[in-house]
Amino acid sequence: MSPATSLTAIGLVIVATIGIGLFGLRISRTTSDFYVASRAVTPRWNASAISGEYLSAASFLGVAGLVLMNGADMLWFSVGYTAGYLMLLVLVAAPLRRSGAYTLPDFAETRFESAVVRRICSGLVVGIGTLYLLPQLHGAGLTLQTVTGAPPDVGAAMVAVIVVINVAAGGMRSITFVQAFQYWLKLTALAAPIFVILISWRSADHPVGLLASLQGAGAEWAEPLSRAGGRDHPLYATYSLLLALCFGTMGLPHVLVRFYTNPDGRAARRTTVVVLALLGTFYLFPPMYAVLGRSFAPDLVGHGADTVVLELPGRIFPGTAGDLLGALVAAGAFAAFLSTSSGLTVAIAGVIDQDLLRSRLHRWTGGDYVAVNSFRIAALLSMTVPYLAFLLTGSLSLADTVGLAFAVAASTFCPLLVLGIWWRRMSTTGAAAGLIVGGIAASAAALVNVIGGPDGGWPRALVGQPAAWTMPLAFLAVIVVSKLTPDKIPAGTALSMVRLHTPEAVDVDRGLPYRSS
Amino acid sequence: MTSPRTSAARRPIIPTGTREIDEQTRLGEVYMHSLIQSQLRLALAVIGGCVIVLGGIPLLFTLVPATRTLSVFGLPLPWLLLGVALYPVVYVAARIYVRNAERIEAEFTEFVGQK
Repeated sequence: MSPATSLTAIGLVIVATIGIGLFGLRISRTTSDFYVASRAVTPRWNASAISGEYLSAASFLGVAGLVLMNGADMLWFSVGYTAGYLMLLVLVAAPLRRSGAYTLPDFAETRFESAVVRRICSGLVVGIGTLYLLPQLHGAGLTLQTVTGAPPDVGAAMVAVIVVINVAAGGMRSITFVQAFQYWLKLTALAAPIFVILISWRSADHPVGLLASLQGAGAEWAEPLSRAGGRDHPLYATYSLLLALCFGTMGLPHVLVRFYTNPDGRAARRTTVVVLALLGTFYLFPPMYAVLGRSFAPDLVGHGADTVVLELPGRIFPGTAGDLLGALVAAGAFAAFLSTSSGLTVAIAGVIDQDLLRSRLHRWTGGDYVAVNSFRIAALLSMTVPYLAFLLTGSLSLADTVGLAFAVAASTFCPLLVLGIWWRRMSTTGAAAGLIVGGIAASAAALVNVIGGPDGGWPRALVGQPAAWTMPLAFLAVIVVSKLTPDKIPAGTALSMVRLHTPEAVDVDRGLPYRSS
Repeated sequence: MTSPRTSAARRPIIPTGTREIDEQTRLGEVYMHSLIQSQLRLALAVIGGCVIVLGGIPLLFTLVPATRTLSVFGLPLPWLLLGVALYPVVYVAARIYVRNAERIEAEFTEFVGQK
């Protein structure tokens, strides 16, 4: 692979990202612009932006890598990433938009009328966001290392700096355009090499069949539940993974913030349908890289599987064609790190700004500060912790780590949102109990994994894919504690239900629109 | 008074749905409860479909091991299902859901709409 071509392509993506970000700077004027793009983004733009933000290092590099290494069971990753939006659609999309809140902590505070529940949510947003940013930084390091041989720290530092500058400069409005652009870039970058391969093989009868690795002897990896990657209890792991991905999506901080940019509940639903089409199209491609990788890059199976998407074009087409396709893929990978990291950083920075920084800045400066500056400082803070964590952790599987962030979200925000929206007898104490029980159980499992968990058997299966036990545990905690504390049911529950569920066309009292402090 | 406006005087004040909801009367609560229940039933129907379709696939592979290697259109069945076929299914489920959710809301709006 020629470093020059790839570096040029990566450079172009960075310039385009910052360029659109700076363009956004001129049109975003107020704090409300910064946060939710004034809620005036059309569903089609918004769907591209949601998909652009969602398709992270885990989707672009990690899924192909996991399938290459561990076989057919890993195909559930892309299915789950997509099905998560279906669950989000049917359970929370419209009500959440109608709640009128900016962030998860805002939702929690208005629904449960409690600053304590809000604070727990803020902590969880920062925690989940950090766990999700970590593999993005690893992916960036890995990509730059594959392309140029530079140490991983360089790529990670590059992404961290660009994201902070971009978020601090443009906020959400410019991010929306950047994300929408990056979805289409990512799809093109992943699809183009596959099409070129298919076309060139049609004309020249290639000796190695496209599907050779799926058939015949040695194709055990292509069978589901075969333990090809040495993972025990594959049936449990499959169900637990599916649960985490399906119910974790709705609890990801960057996904939720993006939904507030829809003008109303109906638009939120329609946007989600477009998102499902865009994601389904994208996820057709990563498994193809894995199948081709088994034939053309078998050495990556043991080590460096996450680089298969980057390596494959050069291996199949030595020379200029491979260089150009390799550069395109590297650019797409960088788009993935930048877009997801930007979305996460906006979400985390929003929480740090509102809940930690703004009141303190106000006190220290005696009111003599600009709200937007507080957001900029928060943006810097939200990237610092993940970067330190990156420096402390060794190599890790991109898609597995992202899967853990989903598991924590499914065990905390999923019960909070689902029961909070649909169950009127949920008490504030129950909400707090669910967040704490699910949060502690899932975070502990995630932490053990990142540090390096048990080697095999049930312990590894249970810790590696915790959602199947942590998520029911959290739901149980909410329900049992709510039943025990009926006097702690928020007084405004009936009004909350009206606000969450009545269509905008109905002229009813929805309570005061929430104003953040 | 040659023409008393009897009809105007006799027209009762019709409590409309929005007022019932605003004043949180028993009737208003019934309206809200029925809206939430219809939407929840619809959501649970979609989730139930997912449990059967998505959840059924690993079970099928476990109970009928032959399906793990079965070849359909030259592709192994698991790869065809998980790599391609499920995406259109999920998309169609979302379309059906949105159509029904909007219908429930339109009916509700028509029912309680006027103030």
